[in-house]
Amino acid sequence: MIHSLFLVNASGDIFLEKHWKSVVSRSVCDYFFEAQERATEPENVPPVIPTPHHYLISVLRHRIYFVAVIQSEVPPLFVIEFLHRVVDTFQDYFGVCTEAAIKDNVVVVYELLEEMLDNGFPLATESNILKELIKPPTILRTMVNTITGSTNVGEQLPTGQLSVVPWRRTGVKYTNNEAYFDVVEEIDAIIDKSGSTITAEIQGVIDACVKLTGMPDLTLSFMNPRLLDDVSFHPCVRFKRWEAERILSFIPPDGNFRLLSYHVSSQNLVAIPVYVKHNITFREGSSQGRFDLTLGPKQTMGKAVESVLVSSQLPRGVLNTNLNPSQGTYTFDPVTKLLTWDVGKINPQKLPSLKGSMSLQAGASKPDENPTINIQFKIQQMAISGLKVNRLDMYGEKYKPFKGIKYMTKAGKFQVRT
Amino acid sequence: MTDSKYFTTTKKGEIFELKAELNSDKKEKKKEAVKKVIASMTVGKDVSALFPDVVNCMQTDNLELKKLVYLYLMNYAKSQPDMAIMAVNTFVKDCEDPNPLIRALAVRTMGCIRVDKITEYLCEPLRKCLKDEDPYVRKTAAVCVAKLHDINAQLVEDQGFLDTLKDLISDSNPMVVANAVAALSEIAESHPNSNLLDLNPQSINKLLTALNECTEWGQIFILDCLANYTPRDDRESQSICERVTPRLSHANSAVVLSAVKVLMKFMEMLPKDLDYYGTLLKKLAPPLVTLLSAEPELQYVALRNINLIVQKRPEILKHEMKVFFVKYNDPIYVKLEKLDIMIRLASQANIAQVLAELKEYATEVDVDFVRKAVRAIGRCAIKVEQSAERCVSTLLDLIQTKVNYVVQEAIVVIKDIFRKYPNKYESVIATLCENLDSLDEPEARAAMIWIVGEYAERIDNADELLESFLEGFHDESTQVQLQLLTAIVKLFLKKPTETQELVQQVLSLATQDSDNPDLRDRGYIYWRLLSTDPVAAKEVVLAEKPLISEETDLIEPTLLEELICHIGTLASVYHKPPSAFVEGSRGVQHKRLPARAGSGESAESPDTVSTGGVSEAPPAVIPSQGDLLGDLLNLDLTPPTTTGPPPPTSSMQMGAMDLLGGGLDSLMGDDSEPSHIPLRTDTPQSPQLHHHSPSPPDYSPTELGGDIGGSPAMGASFGAPPAVMPGSFNAPVSGGLSDLFDLGGGVGMPMGAYVPPKTVWLPAMKAKGLEISGTFARRSGVVQMEMTLTNKAMSVMGDFAIQFNRNSFGLAPAGPLQVLTPFTPNQSIEVTLPLNTVGPVMKMEPLNNLQVAVKNNIDVFYFSCQYPISMLFVEDGKMERQVFLATWKDIPNDNESQFQIKDCHLNSDAASNKLQGSNIFTIAKRTVDGQDMLYQSMKLTNGIWILAELKVQAGNPNYTISLKCRAPEVAQSVFQSYEAVLKN
Repeated sequence: MIHSLFLVNASGDIFLEKHWKSVVSRSVCDYFFEAQERATEPENVPPVIPTPHHYLISVLRHRIYFVAVIQSEVPPLFVIEFLHRVVDTFQDYFGVCTEAAIKDNVVVVYELLEEMLDNGFPLATESNILKELIKPPTILRTMVNTITGSTNVGEQLPTGQLSVVPWRRTGVKYTNNEAYFDVVEEIDAIIDKSGSTITAEIQGVIDACVKLTGMPDLTLSFMNPRLLDDVSFHPCVRFKRWEAERILSFIPPDGNFRLLSYHVSSQNLVAIPVYVKHNITFREGSSQGRFDLTLGPKQTMGKAVESVLVSSQLPRGVLNTNLNPSQGTYTFDPVTKLLTWDVGKINPQKLPSLKGSMSLQAGASKPDENPTINIQFKIQQMAISGLKVNRLDMYGEKYKPFKGIKYMTKAGKFQVRT
Repeated sequence: MTDSKYFTTTKKGEIFELKAELNSDKKEKKKEAVKKVIASMTVGKDVSALFPDVVNCMQTDNLELKKLVYLYLMNYAKSQPDMAIMAVNTFVKDCEDPNPLIRALAVRTMGCIRVDKITEYLCEPLRKCLKDEDPYVRKTAAVCVAKLHDINAQLVEDQGFLDTLKDLISDSNPMVVANAVAALSEIAESHPNSNLLDLNPQSINKLLTALNECTEWGQIFILDCLANYTPRDDRESQSICERVTPRLSHANSAVVLSAVKVLMKFMEMLPKDLDYYGTLLKKLAPPLVTLLSAEPELQYVALRNINLIVQKRPEILKHEMKVFFVKYNDPIYVKLEKLDIMIRLASQANIAQVLAELKEYATEVDVDFVRKAVRAIGRCAIKVEQSAERCVSTLLDLIQTKVNYVVQEAIVVIKDIFRKYPNKYESVIATLCENLDSLDEPEARAAMIWIVGEYAERIDNADELLESFLEGFHDESTQVQLQLLTAIVKLFLKKPTETQELVQQVLSLATQDSDNPDLRDRGYIYWRLLSTDPVAAKEVVLAEKPLISEETDLIEPTLLEELICHIGTLASVYHKPPSAFVEGSRGVQHKRLPARAGSGESAESPDTVSTGGVSEAPPAVIPSQGDLLGDLLNLDLTPPTTTGPPPPTSSMQMGAMDLLGGGLDSLMGDDSEPSHIPLRTDTPQSPQLHHHSPSPPDYSPTELGGDIGGSPAMGASFGAPPAVMPGSFNAPVSGGLSDLFDLGGGVGMPMGAYVPPKTVWLPAMKAKGLEISGTFARRSGVVQMEMTLTNKAMSVMGDFAIQFNRNSFGLAPAGPLQVLTPFTPNQSIEVTLPLNTVGPVMKMEPLNNLQVAVKNNIDVFYFSCQYPISMLFVEDGKMERQVFLATWKDIPNDNESQFQIKDCHLNSDAASNKLQGSNIFTIAKRTVDGQDMLYQSMKLTNGIWILAELKVQAGNPNYTISLKCRAPEVAQSVFQSYEAVLKN
């Protein structure tokens, strides 16, 4: 199981270590640093590194490496999932997961890590339960604690810990009972240079924020549930009911949680909401290149495409660019060769464009690689897969909750090859 | 105010100050001080000096302070064992606390203090906590047993904690069950054979119930535990699968992968025609695809596992090619894995898409990735024949980009394509030659030189091209030098007139100016070959090469099966069995996939050669999957050109005389005399070619036939051992077509060689249940040992290997003993083991005695058997008449021996015909006084000739046979063979 954990910052310093079994010397991280040095980019450090006596499994989040040390055969995914859970918990507790935040709350961090893992076995990882055991630090509570000398450690066994619904505590009370659901879809796509789709798929999630008194039992049904043939559920969802009726039936955790995530594969026809017209050319023998990019909406069901951001890694031979955006602002970093263009909203009447020239190293040969264009965007009030919630009902409690459902489509890894 | 204040120090000295604060009367100050200590600990500072002061703070009703002190204790108790005892009392007291949280905390912390003295005190509280009324305490205590076991295993066993832990598997609370399973699994890891997790249908049922209700982590433990169970039949297997399938929709990817493992394993037992089997296959694809949309680290682990799954069951993901397309900002480790899977999934249906993608990747920035993409194009060409042309044109396009490393990589793979599709794409050679100057990597240069040499006759200026390489011969790497040497020799053999000078030059460079033994040896061999017999040189150097195989980088099937049982673990990430690298696991058990119910193993065994007639050809050139292991082991041995039977060259007959003289010595121990070499010359310094025959597996890769090994990914089948030489290769010789004409119709079609019936060599009684019966045969020029293995034991057998003791004729296995595993009880397997005669020689009594050792996972067994000497009679054992006469006279009469063969009712022609099937050739027939005299010759594999005179009297069932040989010792065995052949 998980032996130890080291947190390493971007400059390669270990700023926190925690051991669940015996103490493992931090020199074990030297193997990690070696691998880090070999990797050209921070994210290219391999996630599993063997050393003579241990294995190092690491994830990179918020520019911090979380390096777990294991000694025996442990499922690596188990470790990686746990590390993600640690990151999520920190973020949940401190708002951000940065080196500064962790150092500021080092005692709470330590208490949390101790509570999450016992002898390498996960103990309590549900945020609901943790929060009952260790109260998240707030300015008010810190003040009160300092004055009154009370603690931020719960004295009672968390109620949810052993019940059949471990994700929900009992005795929840709200004056305003409300349940919000966000359907968020990310579209991953690769578009080839002629504009046709090579592959496109949708990663969707339904995130919920449920603040309901007591033990509500909810059901959620969809207009078109057959879209959801590849789904992962929060443990609260009753799988049998879904299999039989295609209805989500569950007792929700209290607060924010991810109800389900789904995947619409490339075998279904996925609508592509934007198109790109591009003309990026370099001529042999000339020290100039042309750059011409126009964006336009496509299959958006009339909704506006917003927060559009275009970025592209230009070839190493490009010294500088002289471009003219029809809207928004653009920057080019001559060191990293990264071009970013913050477009904003696409106006279908007047399509945004970025045109101009690139200057190349004099005398150098024409660059071999073709830059790939990365696009980010958001479309409100639409789920690109067409998924629609039909109705949401509550059983088990008498009050009438306020319900809300929001849709949004975002670009995930949306790449256009040139 | 934040915790960072705890890091600030004062001038006076931190430790000193903390000590004062810890001993303060004020509660609040104490707590702050402990926090400071903990903060120092987190950054690796040594604060162990404060031990007594911190322990003093333990007696408190403030839970946070208590927890902090516990944290400190866990870190430092080991360094201060005597002081740690001070804490015991508090622990014991806390274990009785009315608050379950405190009870659990105490037992949990105590378990973490790895001090012997403390563990003694732990036993009683632990026993109580294991039976605590509160499940929270029970589940914490369960883990504590594992901790204690890690510190003192004996204590845990003596105290009976293991049994209590086993009882917890039936606990009413699923969380307790999950933790008990986790603890037992961890303990079992260090006791591989202890029957700790005794899984039976009842306990399985309990686990499956708990599975639905416990936490995600608990589910992982339970699923991993389930994967170790072997269901009794397919019905049980199906019902477990049905109950595990919902886990595929879990949000935790580790749960998903563990569920995939259980399903992949148990589905092995389901009959393939079952509807449910198809349903299950369909259900497996979406969760695997979903794993690929997760974070890159998860993707990496998932991809490594998918790589295994795709090899085992390609049908699951065959329609999902697109999800493996590479995004340009994927981390490099994800990119490389995706590429690998893309090639595995490539088929005729999707090859166009794949090629377009690969071409795209070949223009990316990352050099490693680009190189691998180019190689991938080559692999596609070899895998999907229909796409070869398209691949070649894609590669040509890439060469046109003139990007240096792309060009080099492309040339390396084009060489492999030539090996797979000879004489098909030479039109591209001109383009390749244009890029000769830009090649600076040895592998690419070697590949290019191989191409030039191989197709020298079609390249007008081949000599110029090769000459240009020759200038810097000594600066080249060995790989290039060897290749250049071979290529120039090939060129010389193809265009002898213009290139004499060139070949002289390269031979002298290789033999005189080089100190690399491989190069020098090869140079000498060519030199001698060329100077003594150019015709033979041509046979050897320009021999046709076996095609390279399509999928050589597959994981060997038994390893793959084991890895499938370890899906989701480190083993699956490294594609190695856990025994290969997991530390501390003493003798990990090898896991196997269960056998499918009802169906025999034979359905999936590709190569058990039937023991039928001679017409049955040995395995084809491209080894089927089952042979892969053997071939991999023999990788880089000589190409098979030397191992065939002698080509009928003119020199052969002349050599006969000479060998008759030397044959005896070679039999009696001088094993340096080549015995089965294609060349026989009467020069005393005849090349010792047999050093290059494939007997020593560690011999350096000297390639006599002048081939370049394929790239590592592709060349595995190339050095195939002689065992898998095609029958057709030998057929013209063994068929004895020329002999037929010689005999002028006196003899009909030769019949098959005599194969004695199988006898029991190793009775089951003597070999712990393994029974071996067998016989020897000569089929298509290859000596084979044909065995029937029967498993009469109660357990599965595996890990077979075979070895021979030294014997009279140097018989040795030409390949590994391939027994398809699992070799289950009451199963019989037919195994054919090809033999060669290049092993160590020692005279045996009787001459044809063979001592054999067979090893399996149980033990090593020895037996001895006798082979009919007739199987060593080679196909070219026919002497010319004059030579026969001369030899007959030359051998002293003392060497002649006479035997009687009784009760044989054949006429002389039938006898002659029958004998010829066993390579006993009739050279002449004389009829004197109604008595037929047959003059016959035969030759043993070590070159000894035996001459015979067989007298057949019409109507008399008794034959008289006179044998003459320079080595009279063989006469008795030969006679026995005569008798056996004629009477059967």
